[in-house]
Amino acid sequence: MDKIENIIRKFGFNLVTLVVVIVFNFYLFRIVPGDPVAMMASPRMKPETRELIREQFGLDKPLWLNFEGMRAEGEISTLFESQFVYYLKNLAKGDLGQSFRQNKPVAELIGARIGPTVLLILTGEFIGILFGTLLGIISAWKARGMIDVTTQIVGLIAYSLPSFWLGIILLMLARGYLPSGGYVTLGVTYATTIEHWLDIGKHLVLPASTLALLLFGAYLLIVRNSTLEVLSEDYILTAKAKGLSSFQILWKHALKNASLPLITIIAMDLGYALGGAIQIETIFSWPGLGRLMFEAIGQRDYPVLQGAFLLLAVSVIMANFLADLTYSLLDPRVED
Amino acid sequence: MTEKIYSKRSFFRQYIGSKQGVIGAVMLLLVIMTALFAPWIAPYDPYEPISATTEDVLAPPGPGHLLGQDEIGRDVFSSVVFGARISLLVGFAASLIMILLGCTVGLVSGYVGGRLDILLMRITDGVLVIPSLPLMLVIIAVAGRGIGLIIMVIGLFSWPYTARVIRAQVISIKERQFVMRAKAIGVSHFGIVMVHILPQVLPVIFASITLDISAAILAEAGLSFLGLGDPTLISWGSMINQAFSRGAVSRGAWWYLVPPGFLLAWVTLGLNLVSNAIQEIVNPRLRTHNLFDERKILSLLGRLRNYPSSQGGE
Repeated sequence: MDKIENIIRKFGFNLVTLVVVIVFNFYLFRIVPGDPVAMMASPRMKPETRELIREQFGLDKPLWLNFEGMRAEGEISTLFESQFVYYLKNLAKGDLGQSFRQNKPVAELIGARIGPTVLLILTGEFIGILFGTLLGIISAWKARGMIDVTTQIVGLIAYSLPSFWLGIILLMLARGYLPSGGYVTLGVTYATTIEHWLDIGKHLVLPASTLALLLFGAYLLIVRNSTLEVLSEDYILTAKAKGLSSFQILWKHALKNASLPLITIIAMDLGYALGGAIQIETIFSWPGLGRLMFEAIGQRDYPVLQGAFLLLAVSVIMANFLADLTYSLLDPRVED
Repeated sequence: MTEKIYSKRSFFRQYIGSKQGVIGAVMLLLVIMTALFAPWIAPYDPYEPISATTEDVLAPPGPGHLLGQDEIGRDVFSSVVFGARISLLVGFAASLIMILLGCTVGLVSGYVGGRLDILLMRITDGVLVIPSLPLMLVIIAVAGRGIGLIIMVIGLFSWPYTARVIRAQVISIKERQFVMRAKAIGVSHFGIVMVHILPQVLPVIFASITLDISAAILAEAGLSFLGLGDPTLISWGSMINQAFSRGAVSRGAWWYLVPPGFLLAWVTLGLNLVSNAIQEIVNPRLRTHNLFDERKILSLLGRLRNYPSSQGGE
């Protein structure tokens, strides 16, 4: 009973966060100095398109609620003829507006970029977690020995390196051996789907390794510390007294308990990973959401920036909620 | 018998005894000195306009230019030295905002508890969950690229972690007997927090500050790399941005790309080492465990015996 109540409370809390993000996201792009129409509509657009945007976003209406309109017309429904309500209505329809620079809906531009970003994040996270966990556990087991000191130094350095710089250095080192950017080789037609995937894989090596290195350091240090804490629990001593080998103890007791915090951290770090992905995609011209945001900054394409940020924020909030749920299901001690 | 977790002397003694702590502190000191004495260390002033010939463009290291020249003929070594000022300024200033916000929220939330605690922690979690780099990026892209705004934005959105850590420490301390005794003899809440709790939380605050500074420096570098740094200033991030966007990679100009990134890594590594050292003192469970070689445990115990655990055992 308590658990269900707890889940509902967490859901409500995440919903509030989501609403705050939406309100913030709406407001931020309206406080830009200058005319809101000039903000939302590029001067290069045709007058008809500008008129369309003006109407669609209700840019001639007040920002939050239309009190004046209601008083003038005496109708309560007029109260909701405001920019904010129009924004919410469009959002509910999945309409994120029109790009300034490319004559396409923002939702369509973003949609095309989700796949590459997901592929990059998943591959990077997988490699980072695999090596981070493995080395973290070994490092804790052999704490203060040579292996531990070496892995800790490697982990600390990996953790301290700015990801974008690391990417550039890898790019320089691998020049000539691996494709330096993009998603696929341009102008190539593939005989089979496998060939297509192999080509993507080749392009993925550098950006995914950069992301993996960025995450690896943090995961290594976290797993090392949480394993150390688990290993100093009394039940580990009991297991040792029962005659279990160190490997058995590590596998059966330590790994399970030490990897629990990792779930929360992976979800919490998703925002961090996405931030890293913006820089990494920029370096390797990887056609994901991050690269899209970078291009949008340069072109002052605000609707694209706004839409992409909203998507990132919503994904991270949802991932955290799911991690919270998983954690409370896996760890019976979690009450609140 | 004292119940306090740390005395100033034992903390300082343990810190000096920690290899990584000393190395980290020395690494930091070197950079701070570089930033302070930049005009005396750098052979040129990178903010001064120069006239350059085509030979000066991305010229490799040589006499007169220790780290070569950049795409408009400036001395890379001088830029890197002056860049330390901006990176450190952002790091210290933004971490000051973070620590003020984080400390206030953490102390109040942990000490007062109850509904206020729940409310403050909900807000903290809310800020924590929003992806920070994308958030800073949209704000600066929309509101402008001044150094003040960059510091504000980094500081205002990076405090939640600090608040959480400090709150946890306050909660573990406020029920201890020395706090209870102070309460019993009528010390005010403000007095208890300031005189009895704050000093005991200080090591955790220091550990947080070091991590906050490194987060702020990396955030500024990340924003500058994406072209959102202050356009009038030279920072390590903006140097990497220019090197990358003006063809240093294809020209193989490592002397332009490597130094600013190396220094960024140097500073964050130094800060992480300091923070690690403090955390090992605060949390002795990170030092030994039950799968340890018995002889090692004994020798460690000998060293640790004089320092009571922070993990309670009351």
